[in-house]
Amino acid sequence: MSILINKNSRIIVQGITGKEGSFHAEQCLEYGNNVVGGVTPGKGGQTALDGKVPVFDTCHDAREKAGANVSLIFVPPAFAADAIKEAADAGIEVIVCITEGIPVADMIDAYDYVKKTKSRLIGPNCPGLLTPNEAKVGIMPGFIARKGSIGVISKSGTLTYEAVSQLVAQGLGQSTCVGIGGDPVIGTKMKDLLQMFQDDPETEAIVMIGEIGGSMEIEAADYAKAHITKPVVGFIAGQTAPPGRRMGHAGAIVSGADESAAAKMAYMKKCGITVVDSPADIGATVKKVLKK
Amino acid sequence: MKIHEYQAKEILKKFNIPIQDGVVVDTADAVEAAIDQVSTTLNANQYVIKAQVHAGGRGKGGGVKFSSSKEKAIENAKNILGMTLITPQTGAEGQLVRKIMIAEALDIAKEYYVAITLDRAQGKNVIMASTEGGMEIEEVAEHSPEKIIRVWVEPAHGLQGFQARYIAFKLGLEGDQFKQFIKLLGNLYNCFIKTDASIVEVNPLVVTEQGNVIALDAKFNFDSNALYRHPDVVEMRDIHEENPTEVEASKFNLNYIKLDGNVGCMVNGAGLAMATMDIIKLQGGEPANFLDVGGGANVETVKNGFRIILSDPNVKAVLINIFGGIVRCDRVANGIIQAVKELDLKVPVVVRLEGTNAELAKQLLSESGVAIIPASGLADAAEKVVAAAKGAKN
Repeated sequence: MSILINKNSRIIVQGITGKEGSFHAEQCLEYGNNVVGGVTPGKGGQTALDGKVPVFDTCHDAREKAGANVSLIFVPPAFAADAIKEAADAGIEVIVCITEGIPVADMIDAYDYVKKTKSRLIGPNCPGLLTPNEAKVGIMPGFIARKGSIGVISKSGTLTYEAVSQLVAQGLGQSTCVGIGGDPVIGTKMKDLLQMFQDDPETEAIVMIGEIGGSMEIEAADYAKAHITKPVVGFIAGQTAPPGRRMGHAGAIVSGADESAAAKMAYMKKCGITVVDSPADIGATVKKVLKK
Repeated sequence: MKIHEYQAKEILKKFNIPIQDGVVVDTADAVEAAIDQVSTTLNANQYVIKAQVHAGGRGKGGGVKFSSSKEKAIENAKNILGMTLITPQTGAEGQLVRKIMIAEALDIAKEYYVAITLDRAQGKNVIMASTEGGMEIEEVAEHSPEKIIRVWVEPAHGLQGFQARYIAFKLGLEGDQFKQFIKLLGNLYNCFIKTDASIVEVNPLVVTEQGNVIALDAKFNFDSNALYRHPDVVEMRDIHEENPTEVEASKFNLNYIKLDGNVGCMVNGAGLAMATMDIIKLQGGEPANFLDVGGGANVETVKNGFRIILSDPNVKAVLINIFGGIVRCDRVANGIIQAVKELDLKVPVVVRLEGTNAELAKQLLSESGVAIIPASGLADAAEKVVAAAKGAKN
């Protein structure tokens, strides 16, 4: 088992004829995925990746004609929110948006739109999903991961790779790795994923990597305390980040929570999460909590 | 992106929001004429001189002065213009005041707070208002959180009439002020949406003795992802308010923030960059900077990264920490070799490369003969660079 994606996922790439889109679609295909098509408006009927996959004009076509149920989005920022909404309207179950730089207002609208459908959005501005040996829907380097029983949730890209490589060094594989993205508005939050990993029989422990800013880790910690019985190992990047050189004060009082790394780490500990101070100790600490 | 108060007020004016008006000057010679202009066009005989810097807390640093006469206004204006203003938000080095606003002084009966921003947890914009205007809103939030009214706006529907009325009632407004406020709030929300602002904050919003509801001060921050659709806002950027090295770095698509330590770092990815700073600190060192080289670490970015890090004279050692996913480590290694050769570096450089083609990269580095210290793993890299910084001769 795994969460969100597996070997049966039928994947389309929105923006497959672009530079980024075609490069990463090829990588996903090489990983052994079912890339069943791509979507580029106006290029329906053509093929992409040297004739290996068909291109459709719309997500609806891709859903109908190729049975797509997962979408990977590489559409440029100005059009990405529209692409997300199109995928949701077509009934694509899991939508992974890699695009960086989408205007926040567009994402508020797209998030609201997706919420009213049955689709699940991951990202934007994220490295995507990886279920080792089964499916890669995103830009994570597949070769660093191994199949196993650790669920990984992370706000950042390369720090996820760091954690995964530490896990592998300890002989621990991953059930699924999820990069949720660092934007202010994202489709899926840490606490949603905690529940999915809790429900996944293959996952034995969860790694949760956060950052300063926002209150998502606090909400996740509250959730873990109430609902999660599997061990959770956490790290918060930005302990040495300078206190925000921000101007308006409104941002800081929205959640009412202290958004510093120290405050988040203390709160997570209080909620029963095993928090590591050093980013180098993530793998070893997971090994330790599993032995208990 | 941030802007000055006078620019914020220009935007508010465009959206029909009543503001405390004034004239902006950037030279001492222009002060007297500006005061006369405020006097005649705004019918004012008392003035407020306001330093135009991005940092908040201007009043506390002496950057805002009430002036009861023209003579007093001239004196205050000449003192504030050109001063180095130190506020809780500028840091100890302060900020040079290049422009001042000579504003009409208003007879204030009551002060309020109004702001609109994104609530990340809800994925919706939230309007916050309080009767405790003119104070530090964080203190209100901490000591009397019940005094902050919050109303969330449904993205598909926008601000509703009943929501605006709810806020106005909660603020205790009545009669004509109630009506003025409802209109003002609708315009403010419209302004927030139309300009792609990430924050608009009016503190204080005042009711004058004459019964007018007016924005006395205003702060904006704009969503940098949306600036492409607002060229008029981009024109308001004042790079004097930004750190010159950070501006230089942004030209090369490098995300750099200067800090106070002596261990320079160059990392790919913001999360890993912060984690690298954290582990340097845990090993007993102090990071000199945050530097994210992003996804395209090549010869040019590595060279520019070195130049920017080493422009800080405090730097005694540099750590390069790259986890190659899409980025190929052998390319990064070639970049490092070329940069080290060309730039004639005087400080020790610790290199940790992991991920795609890392083995090939290590081989390239060791065969090149350049004087770098190889490291394997995050902890080893941090330990080595901190030791190198401590051992370095000045």
